[in-house]
Amino acid sequence: MRIVVQENPFDLGAEANAFASGRTDMGAIVTFSGVVRDDPAHPLRQMVIEHYPGMTEKALEKIAAEAQARWSLGDALVIHRFGPMQPGEMIMMVATAAPHRRDAFEAAEYLMDYLKSRAPFWKKEQGVEGDAWVAAKDEDEDALTRW
Amino acid sequence: MIDILYFAWVRERIGLAREQVDTQAATVADLVAELRAREERYALAFSDLSALRVAVDQDLTDFDAPLAGAREVAFFPPMTGG
Repeated sequence: MRIVVQENPFDLGAEANAFASGRTDMGAIVTFSGVVRDDPAHPLRQMVIEHYPGMTEKALEKIAAEAQARWSLGDALVIHRFGPMQPGEMIMMVATAAPHRRDAFEAAEYLMDYLKSRAPFWKKEQGVEGDAWVAAKDEDEDALTRW
Repeated sequence: MIDILYFAWVRERIGLAREQVDTQAATVADLVAELRAREERYALAFSDLSALRVAVDQDLTDFDAPLAGAREVAFFPPMTGG
């Protein structure tokens, strides 16, 4: 299990390849990456992500450990950035490795659902029309109830 | 002394990222009441607790959580990671 919180961009392909290599007992690798999305109706200059150093790593480790306890996972990876990023840049990625795909998919979804609303990150959108903190969505909180 | 940290719009509204407070507050709610009484900017930031989350020593908790032995309390809006 590897948890990385960093300001710099990461290379999705290199990270996915490194994660997938070196084991012969994992039949399924799932990766998900979140990308800064522009909205033509409200053009975005950049997104700035604030976080809580110390608690962020602790929260992500707890979420990943819970995923490993609930599913048959060989490994899990979470990389999450903070600081300023431009539309099209990758914000974060998760990867899961499991003997079979169902575990890998479900664990990746669980990691995403939990890190959206239980890891201390806050997104601010700086747009042509002004700046605004992204509001948490009820559906993101509701998503936790299915687990 | 307790370290108090503020994040996102709570930080902006109060105008501080962190401060040290000498308090005898027994719970998070008591601490919030002390902060609210200080100045208008605190009263504004803490006007709607349903819009806030709190962590004590880097663990998410509730506003009725005890502060005995706590070193660090953080206030912030609901998180928006991912």
